[in-house]
Amino acid sequence: MPDLLIELFSEEIPARMQKRAGEDLQKLVTNGLVEAGLTYASAAAFTTPRRLTLTVEGLLANSPTTREERKGPKADAPEKAIEGFLRGAGLTRDQVETRETPKGNVLFAVIEKPGRPAAEIIAEVLETTIRNFPWPKSMRWGSGALKWVRPLHSILCILSDEAGATLVPMDVDGITSGDTTQGHRFMAPGSFSVVSFEDYTAKLKRSFVVLDPAERAQAIWHDATNAAFASGLEVVEDAGLLAEVAGLVEWPVVLMGKIGNDFLGLPPEVLQTSMKEHQKFFSVRNPKTGRIERFVTVANRETADNGATILAGNEKVLSARLADAKFFWENDLRVAKSDMNVWTQALENVTFHNKLGSQADRINRIAALARELAPVVGADPDMAEEAARLAKADLSSEMVYEFPELQGLMGRYYTEASGRDAAIAAAAQEHYSPLGPSDEVPTAPVSVAVALADKLDTLTGFWAIDEKPTGSKDPFALRRAALGVIRLLLENDIRLHFERMAIEAAHIVYESFESSFNVFIPDGGRKQGVKDSQLVMSGYDRNEVEPHYVTFEKPRNLYLGDDEMAFVGGGEVVPFELKRTKVIVEDLLAFFHDRLKVYLRDQGIRHDIIDACIAMPQNDDLTLLVKRAKALSETLKTDDGENLIQGFKRANNILTQAETQDGVEYSYGADVKFAETEEERALFAALDTAEAEITPAMAEQDFTTAMAAMASLRTPIDAFFEATQINTDNQTVRRNRLNLLSRIRTLCLSVADLTKIDG
Amino acid sequence: MSQTPDTPRSFQEIILRLQTYWATKGCAVLQPYDMEVGAGTFHPATTLRSLGTQPWAAAYVQPSRRPTDGRYGENPNRLQHYYQYQVLIKPSPPDLQELYLGSLQAIGVDMALHDIRFVEDDWESPTLGAWGLGWEVWCDGMEVSQFTYFQQVGGHDCHPVSGELTYGLERLAMYILGVDHVMDMPFNDPQTAIPLSYGDIFKQTEEEYARWNFDVANTDVLLDQFKEAEAECEKILGLAHEDPKTGKRIIMAHPAYDQCIKASHIFNLLDARGVISVTERQAYIGRVRALAKQCADAFVQTRAGGWQPEDAA
Repeated sequence: MPDLLIELFSEEIPARMQKRAGEDLQKLVTNGLVEAGLTYASAAAFTTPRRLTLTVEGLLANSPTTREERKGPKADAPEKAIEGFLRGAGLTRDQVETRETPKGNVLFAVIEKPGRPAAEIIAEVLETTIRNFPWPKSMRWGSGALKWVRPLHSILCILSDEAGATLVPMDVDGITSGDTTQGHRFMAPGSFSVVSFEDYTAKLKRSFVVLDPAERAQAIWHDATNAAFASGLEVVEDAGLLAEVAGLVEWPVVLMGKIGNDFLGLPPEVLQTSMKEHQKFFSVRNPKTGRIERFVTVANRETADNGATILAGNEKVLSARLADAKFFWENDLRVAKSDMNVWTQALENVTFHNKLGSQADRINRIAALARELAPVVGADPDMAEEAARLAKADLSSEMVYEFPELQGLMGRYYTEASGRDAAIAAAAQEHYSPLGPSDEVPTAPVSVAVALADKLDTLTGFWAIDEKPTGSKDPFALRRAALGVIRLLLENDIRLHFERMAIEAAHIVYESFESSFNVFIPDGGRKQGVKDSQLVMSGYDRNEVEPHYVTFEKPRNLYLGDDEMAFVGGGEVVPFELKRTKVIVEDLLAFFHDRLKVYLRDQGIRHDIIDACIAMPQNDDLTLLVKRAKALSETLKTDDGENLIQGFKRANNILTQAETQDGVEYSYGADVKFAETEEERALFAALDTAEAEITPAMAEQDFTTAMAAMASLRTPIDAFFEATQINTDNQTVRRNRLNLLSRIRTLCLSVADLTKIDG
Repeated sequence: MSQTPDTPRSFQEIILRLQTYWATKGCAVLQPYDMEVGAGTFHPATTLRSLGTQPWAAAYVQPSRRPTDGRYGENPNRLQHYYQYQVLIKPSPPDLQELYLGSLQAIGVDMALHDIRFVEDDWESPTLGAWGLGWEVWCDGMEVSQFTYFQQVGGHDCHPVSGELTYGLERLAMYILGVDHVMDMPFNDPQTAIPLSYGDIFKQTEEEYARWNFDVANTDVLLDQFKEAEAECEKILGLAHEDPKTGKRIIMAHPAYDQCIKASHIFNLLDARGVISVTERQAYIGRVRALAKQCADAFVQTRAGGWQPEDAA
């Protein structure tokens, strides 16, 4: 059985796409082969910057001949039916057999598909694969129409067995297949032919190409850690960087270089980020001090001077980069130590969102809200406010301008350098968290206050201007912000009246509109036609008699009074409506409830259970809501709990029916003296006991106790229904029983809205 | 970089060697475009000539201006006025990478000692409505060129595809000449009677332009000029193809494109003056792009853009 070797040789493939491309090549080709009847023993794909390679072992030399028998209509069936059958089978009338069956003479077609040689199938499958390859981005080149990730230069495609290798002939837009490939671009230019996969890998290695990316990564890591170890140092692990670097070279040569003494005082994160982002260097750390002292770069070749020129060049480039970083760091520290307010002031000129004002406006809002939130989360209001004012100051720093991914972290360094409290500095870094479902949630009260304020301001602000997420569109990551709030509240066990806080946040948003855009256009102004950023301005006093015109150099929002604002910029005036506070808050709460469902579903809590709890009072206290939902979920997992729901529903159904029929509400007055059966009296007693437990437990918000008491009603309720007919001729007894059912309903509904539970 | 007998000795020698190299490889060696542009790509020899079906091969130096990059001549490698070397070949030849590596060798980069890498870098110009795929080329970890296969320009798919090479001349030359500050770089032969450094020629102008760009340029005038350029471009392209005076079919794609270039540069100046907000930025870029697209639409209607008289029928 032959082996197949395919190599698609091209100009340099982006490192980040290589792994997936290898997998796709293997999947598409082997699936295609198997579909055509060519099974195989094993397959593997490999990638280098210039090639995608697939080896398939133990392939069938031919696809098997297949024989298919199809039963057709009766021999005397109408001509049309027979014609249809023949067309479907691709045969003529004399090619089909007539066989006697119990149902009479029936036509049978025997379709035989002869097997095809593997080469023919491979050529077809490979061409289809090349033409439809799922590159994330592909391109054309020269005058051709073929698309590939970068120009495709050659196709190697051979079948080999004991007898030797045979070429699989094919031609894709002028690229004909062959049995040759090329070695390393610089170290072994020129092409050579190969006869098998073993021959291919061996010759490649002789031509300075390591085919297997895992082998390259391993070699890089091995040599890098060895080099570092020899100097008493360690390489900072970075799997992503290792994979990327392994995708940039065919012949990895590890070189360890020095970082100039001038730069060793930079924060390790800065060194690491600068080296990784710009140069794709590994950081080498001194395990004793934790400082980054050297770097490892991976060259793509050996040289006569053992990499001395390459290393010198890389060190020089790094010095230039780090000189920039040091310059930023020192400038930033100078600002931080003298007056960080310079940075927050600069944020007045940075737009956060054209309708929500500048970053400075936003910071003012967050600071005001953090102050309100502080007591709720156990933080000092002054500290929370100050932390919020400084938390985004680093956005103006030169370092963050250069490396946006260092935002927050630099804020922490700079705030510390300014001599402020460590809790305030920590908030600069931690207030962005949690960023994703796996990101840690801050616990320090000041950080929590600022983190909550930041997210609530964002949500309320975007709700106010009606920029809510829709479908898959969530450009401002509002779902993530809401999930962040949920996790901050739950994981810190914070009891927050969301409505009250959202109203507060909305007021702050409105105040910020008013204070920063303290102009409004009287209706007349707009009706007269306001053009080209010239607006009638009359200050705060709407009764001012003589409006005057102002010209705005920069776009801004104008508060028009009531719920209206206008966005003015680029020569346009675009009025837009502001949502009323009440609408914002209601809608936002519903959004949070939705997010909460998603969050709890992942924790195994059913959506109907959450609905049953959302229907209860104080549903804007998310922590309370979740406690209730968790207790209910646990209760419903017990046998009593599950059956209680049936009992409750039965009681509720009978009661609702009777109430509709009688036109009265049975809500009060069940008396044990009208009870006729043992079970009825037992239910009275059970309800008394349960009520005595549930009421105080609910007052204590001890849902577990309350729900256990509720579940204990299951047996008496079941027994009652078993033994007792509600609808009797005796109206007094009937009314009494309905009122008894009403007690069940009232008691159960005081714990959660069980009508919402499925089943 | 290590000095060998083959190493050039001045900035201009590097430029001259590139000119000679690309001339021997069959490129028309053009002169810089006589307008202020942000990059060599803006030269009509690239932007417009990458459109349509006519083959093309050109190489040229293009002085480029980026007002926001001005540092009063103090930064070792940031300048508001600098030089790019640009090569555009259509259709892109199959050995373009080898041709490019040959050019590095021609300017003294010894392939046996250096580590040359092609690192993914996709190119996009929002102002030109253009994009392509390619790499930044690294020499020992330093970016020395951009290498792009144009896929779309002015909103038009490129058929055939042009290969574009852009060398940042100052940075490349500093590396080859072993200079740390651009102003210290020898511009002509340092052994000559009157040696001139890059700083002798440009230090003063960097200061003058930085002051003007950042603090003095009259923004009201610039805003008007932007609108005028925009209006003129649209007017030019709105005219009938047939010239009433000569009766010839004359589509004025190039004069219109000059106005587009002008608008783009004025936008850059306004940006440096800090009067363009984040929101407005997008709007301005969109307006320049709209002009670029209209110019591209016009150019493909011309002979140089591949139009044939038969097409009119």
